Amino acid sequence: MPLLSVRNLDVCYGVISALQEVSLEINRGEIVTLIGSNGAGKTTLLRTISALVRPRRGAIFFNDVEITRLAPHEIVRRGVCHVPEGRQIFANLTVHENLLLGGYQERDANRIRASLDRCFSLFPVLAERREQRAGTLSGGEQQMLAIGRALMSKPQLLLLDEPSLGLAPLIVRKIFQIIREINAEGTTVFLVEQNAHMALTVAHRAYVLQTGRVIKSDVASNLLQDPEVKKAYLGG
Amino acid sequence: MTQLIQTLTDGIAVGSLYALIALGYTLVYGILQFINFAHSDVFALGAWLSFTIATWFGLAAGSGATTPPWYIGLAVLALAMIGCGIVGFLIERLAYKPLRAAPRLNVLITAIGVSLLLENVGQLEGMFRGHHFKIFGPYPKAMPALIPDRVLLHFAAVQFRLVDAVVLGTALFLMVAIQWLVFRTRLGMAMRAVSFNHNSAALMGINVSRIISATFVLGSMLAAAAGFLYAMKYAQLKQTADNVWVLLGLKAFVAAVVGGIGNIRGAMLGGIFIGLIEFFGVAYLSDKYRDVYVFSLLIIVLLVRPSGILGKATVEKV
Ligand SMILES: Nc1ncnc2c1ncn2[C@@H]1O[C@H](COP(=O)(O)OP(=O)(O)OP(=O)(O)O)[C@@H](O)[C@H]1O
Ligand SMILES: [Mg+2]
Repeated sequence: MPLLSVRNLDVCYGVISALQEVSLEINRGEIVTLIGSNGAGKTTLLRTISALVRPRRGAIFFNDVEITRLAPHEIVRRGVCHVPEGRQIFANLTVHENLLLGGYQERDANRIRASLDRCFSLFPVLAERREQRAGTLSGGEQQMLAIGRALMSKPQLLLLDEPSLGLAPLIVRKIFQIIREINAEGTTVFLVEQNAHMALTVAHRAYVLQTGRVIKSDVASNLLQDPEVKKAYLGG
Repeated sequence: MTQLIQTLTDGIAVGSLYALIALGYTLVYGILQFINFAHSDVFALGAWLSFTIATWFGLAAGSGATTPPWYIGLAVLALAMIGCGIVGFLIERLAYKPLRAAPRLNVLITAIGVSLLLENVGQLEGMFRGHHFKIFGPYPKAMPALIPDRVLLHFAAVQFRLVDAVVLGTALFLMVAIQWLVFRTRLGMAMRAVSFNHNSAALMGINVSRIISATFVLGSMLAAAAGFLYAMKYAQLKQTADNVWVLLGLKAFVAAVVGGIGNIRGAMLGGIFIGLIEFFGVAYLSDKYRDVYVFSLLIIVLLVRPSGILGKATVEKV
């Protein structure tokens, strides 16, 4: 049984169709990536899973329970956490407050402390910047904060929307290293990326999205060799 | 000297009431980016509820020199705050929530509608199927005294009255409490997250609708307290549709804007500032232009520093 199952999803913005009959599955323990060019609908898919956008048709199941009609905060409670495109950290709040918000649904002080400690061990720089306003962090630090904040709720499934966006190669490598680590510790990861090479290297399986449709899905290493994928997303 | 100190105490006392009301405008603005024009009516409702509850306790205006024990006053305040909290909750649920996705102008117009509705429903009195019913009625009423009319302090010819101490003390206590709530509690953190961005807050697992409700309840409770304190200080209550309420509410709105709309400390500062401007203008310039001072200040602030004293300069996102 897959952890997340998306079935025949249609999503529209007004009259513009963003996703058509999208189906995909993510199994427990996997890193699955979704690649596609600008405007393919990658962000839309993640926002629909998180219930920020309502689908016109189709259904989403998590742990075999339908979550299509739930409110966003109920989806978080079930164990799906979304690191949105552009990070969306709370710029006017401190790093510490951002992390506490990530663990908003946890009320047990000890468990919150344990999550904070884990987060600081993954991202020591956040511990140093604890009382700093999050808006003053560098781009890379903000991305770490966004991921650390999402991990505060100990999600079963982590949705990452372009974590490499606008970051220097060194930081990108570090972020991907962390994604592997998080996955090795048992968190399933659904990774949306334009940096297809990096994404396919780290992922187990991948889907290719083109103008709102899934056009390919395979083991990531196969897609790395796929002539079409090479041509369209890997620069030849 | 006498006049200076008297003006100062009056200005600060009334200013602290403006501050309490301004907090409600600013909290709601911070979260929904719209001006809740029905807020001044919640303030009027607070005063009228206080009056009604006091009469339930068997109190009447001018019923002699005896005043009830202190805890009766506290009970009236608490019940009025609860009542207004419920009304604030219902206003948001019934009038604003269905418009969450609508353009802001629609919500603004709805707010004006809610305001008129409250003003006029408050005046209702009549017969319905042979039964006499009444909300607050169309006539002004006198608020019963809840505390003794005592002069606490004589300073030259200045009198510092118990009622001023109670008004100021309660208002300051509530301001400290709301400050604590917003900046030191889990609910406050969620409110600040929602005011930053609804979607980002929702992705943290925050129930955004619930936080919005809580904000309306809090703002309405503060307005109720302001209404209660206003009725203690100025016992003659005008009927709910009288524009004296609207004017007071508007001045509190000006206070919120002058302090920087959306900014909590700004609302408090703005309130006190507006109170002082008004009372100093009346005492030293002319008492004919009471409202002119306040609104002139608004114009000056909007021209010189449109984001308010403590507000950040932001560009309106379209
Ligand atoms: N709020 C919106 N209103 C209307 N159209 C939208 C909205 N959000 C996205 N779209 C449209 O839906 C399509 C898919 O957008 P989406 O953001 O999901 O793409 P994406 O694959 O994430 O692209 P990118 O790689 O640039 O982030 C685009 O054509 C976009 O213009
Ligand atoms: Mg995107």
